[in-house]
Amino acid sequence: MTTMPMVKALNAGLRKALADDERVLMMGEDIGVLGGVFRVTEGLQAEFGERRVFDTPLAESGIVGTAIGLAMRGYRPVCEIQFDGFIYPGFDQITSQLAKLTNRYEGTLTMPIVIRVPYGGHIGAVEHHQESPEALFAHTAGLRVVTPSTPNDAYWMIQQAVASNDPVMFFEPKGRYWPKGEVDLARPAVGLHDTRVVRVGTDATLIGYGPMVSVLLTAAETAAEEGRSLEVVDVRSLSPIDWAPLVASVEKTGRAIVAHEASGFLGLGSEIAAQLTERAFYSLEAPVLRVTGFDIPFPPARLEKLHLPDADRVLEAVDRAFAY
Amino acid sequence: MASGSETVSVLDEHGRVRPTAAAEPYADRALAVPLEQRIGFLKDMVMTRAFDVAAANLQRQGHLALWVPSYGQEAAQVGSGRAARAQDTIFPAYREHAVGMVRGLDPMAIIRLLRGMSHGGWDPAENGNFRLYTLVIGSQTLHATGYAMGIQLDGAMATGDPETDEAVMVYFGDGASAQGDTNEAFVFAASYRTPQVFFLQNNHWAISVPVERQSRVPLAQRADGFGMPGVRVDGNDVLASYAVTAELLDDARAGRGPALIEALTYRIGAHTSSDDPTKYRSEDELARWSERDPILRLRHHLESEGVAAEVFETIDAEAAELAADVRRQTVELPEPPVSLMFEHVYSEPHPLTDAQLEWLTQYEASFGGAS
Repeated sequence: MTTMPMVKALNAGLRKALADDERVLMMGEDIGVLGGVFRVTEGLQAEFGERRVFDTPLAESGIVGTAIGLAMRGYRPVCEIQFDGFIYPGFDQITSQLAKLTNRYEGTLTMPIVIRVPYGGHIGAVEHHQESPEALFAHTAGLRVVTPSTPNDAYWMIQQAVASNDPVMFFEPKGRYWPKGEVDLARPAVGLHDTRVVRVGTDATLIGYGPMVSVLLTAAETAAEEGRSLEVVDVRSLSPIDWAPLVASVEKTGRAIVAHEASGFLGLGSEIAAQLTERAFYSLEAPVLRVTGFDIPFPPARLEKLHLPDADRVLEAVDRAFAY
Repeated sequence: MASGSETVSVLDEHGRVRPTAAAEPYADRALAVPLEQRIGFLKDMVMTRAFDVAAANLQRQGHLALWVPSYGQEAAQVGSGRAARAQDTIFPAYREHAVGMVRGLDPMAIIRLLRGMSHGGWDPAENGNFRLYTLVIGSQTLHATGYAMGIQLDGAMATGDPETDEAVMVYFGDGASAQGDTNEAFVFAASYRTPQVFFLQNNHWAISVPVERQSRVPLAQRADGFGMPGVRVDGNDVLASYAVTAELLDDARAGRGPALIEALTYRIGAHTSSDDPTKYRSEDELARWSERDPILRLRHHLESEGVAAEVFETIDAEAAELAADVRRQTVELPEPPVSLMFEHVYSEPHPLTDAQLEWLTQYEASFGGAS
C-alpha cells in the first residue's frame, strides 16, 4: 500500500503499461515534454522516448483517426483528449470508425485503443472545460466506457483498459485528480467492468460513478449521523454495466438514488433507473430517483456549485424516496 | 483541362505517345513499361468494366441494395494500383473496384457488401493488403496516415531494400478534399513525413456538386501548403497514372515523405444506383468525357503498337466470362446468419450483446421456423 493522488496513480499505471508491452503508445496534445496539461503523462516521454510518447498536431479527429491506423498496424495507442469539451472534433472518428471497425472487419481486426478524457466540473474553468459527455459514448455500440473514482481504481483500471482488445473510453474525474488515496500496487481489487459496493448500508442505495462517488460517501456519512444507513455503489463501468451488485443492493434496501454531474435527460441515470425498475420492481418502495446536473450547457464557473449535485441535493432526494 | 501543360500525360486522347511537358520526370518510366504489361493493364480495365456493368445490372434486377460504379475511372485505378508493390497497404474509399481486383480481391466480396450481407466482407491480409471500403467521406485518409506512422515506428521503410520497404496509398475523391479529416491527414503526414501517397481521383463530381465548389485552385496545388509534393496526372492515361504513382511510392518507401497525386478523370456512371446524373450535368459534358474513355485510349495505343486482334478478343471473352460468373454466384448467395450482427460488435465477450443474441435466437425459435 502506498498513498498518492489520482494523477500520480494514472501516471504510474501508464508507465507500467508502457513498460509491459512495447506496442503501447501514448499520443495527444502537449503530452510529451510538458507531460499533459494535468501532468498525467509527466516524465513518460523522457523515460520511453519520443517514438512511444509523442505530441500530435492540434487536431482531435486526427489523433483518433491516426490511432486507428496505428492499431491496424498492431500498436495499442493511448490517446489523450485534453479536455472533455474538446472531444467533439474527434466524435466522428470515435463513433463511426473506432466503435464500428471490429464489427465491420467481422473479427479480423481488433481496436485496442484507449481514449483518456479528463471530465467533469469542480475546477472553476471556462466554457468547454468541465463537461460530462459520457452518455454519448455509453450509447454507442462497440465502445467500452469506464471511469475510476479513486487513485487505486485509476491505477488498475488504466492498465486493464490498455490490456483490453476493444476500444475503451476512459473518463478521468479531473476534479478528483489531486486528493490522495491508498493504492495497492500488488494486485487489483476487481475487474475493469465490475460494479463495486463502496459503503454498506440498509435503508437506501446511492448510485454514482467518477466524481460523484466522494459526494455520495459524504452524503451517506451525514445520513448516518441522522440515523439513516445508506449503501453507496460505484458503478465504475458505464458500458457494459455490471447489474448484479446494483440489483442485489436495491433488493436489500428497496430505494435507489442515482446521481451524476451530466444532464439528467437521457443520462446514465435514466438507463439505471429503467433497468432497476425492470429488474427489481417488486423490491422497490419508491421510484428510482435521479440527482443530476441541469439540462443546460455547463454554466459559468461562478455558478457551477449550483449546477453540480452536492451531498445536500442527494439527501433531499433520499428524503423524497422515503416520503413515498 | 485534362491535358493542360501542368498535367502529366503520356498518351494523348487517341492513344498516341505524346508526353506533355509536365511528364518529363515520368515519361521514361511510363514508356519503359513492357508491352505485355500494357496488355495486362488493358485486361485489368476491361475485366473491371465488365464486372461493374454486370453488378449495376444486378442492382437493377433487385439482387443488390446499391451499386457504386467505377465506370470511367479504370485507368487511374489500374495504373496506380499496379504501381504499388505487394508489401504496400491500400486504403480505398468505396469506388476502387479496379484497385481491389488488381490486388487480388475476389470481386464477389464487393458484391456481398453491396448486397447487404456484410459491412465489410474481406480480410485485407488475404486480399493484397487491400483494406475495407470506408463510406464516411475522407475518414480513411487518417487511418492510412496512422498506418504509415506505424510503418515508420516499425522501421519498415527507408532501409534501402525495395523488396521489403513499405508504403501506404490512400484513395479519396474531389469531394473528400474538402473534409476536415483529409486535411488533418495531410497535416499529420507532412509533419511526421510518413511513407504514403494520397491518391485523389478528381472525377469532377461529388454526387451533384462540381469540383469547382470544392476548390478554387487545382487540387494538386493544395499539397504545397501542407509541405509535400503535389502532382496532377491525366487519370485516363494508364501509363501516366502508373509512372507517377510508382515514382512517388518509391519516394515514400525510401523515406522521402508523403505526396499528393490528383488524377483527373471522370465518373461516366452515376454516383450510385440511387443517383440521377441527368439532373445536374449536361449531355455534352458526358459525351466529351466518353470520347476520352480510358479503355478505348489504351486499346488504340496497343493497336498502334501492333497488338493482334485476337489478344483483344481473348480479353473480351474472359471479361464476359467473369460477368457471367458474377451473375451466377450472386443469385446463389445465401442469407447472412442472424448471429452476424451481434458477433463482432466487441472482440471480447459482452453481456449486453450476448444476452440480446440469446434472446433473439429464442424468440425466432419460438415461431417454430428454426432448425
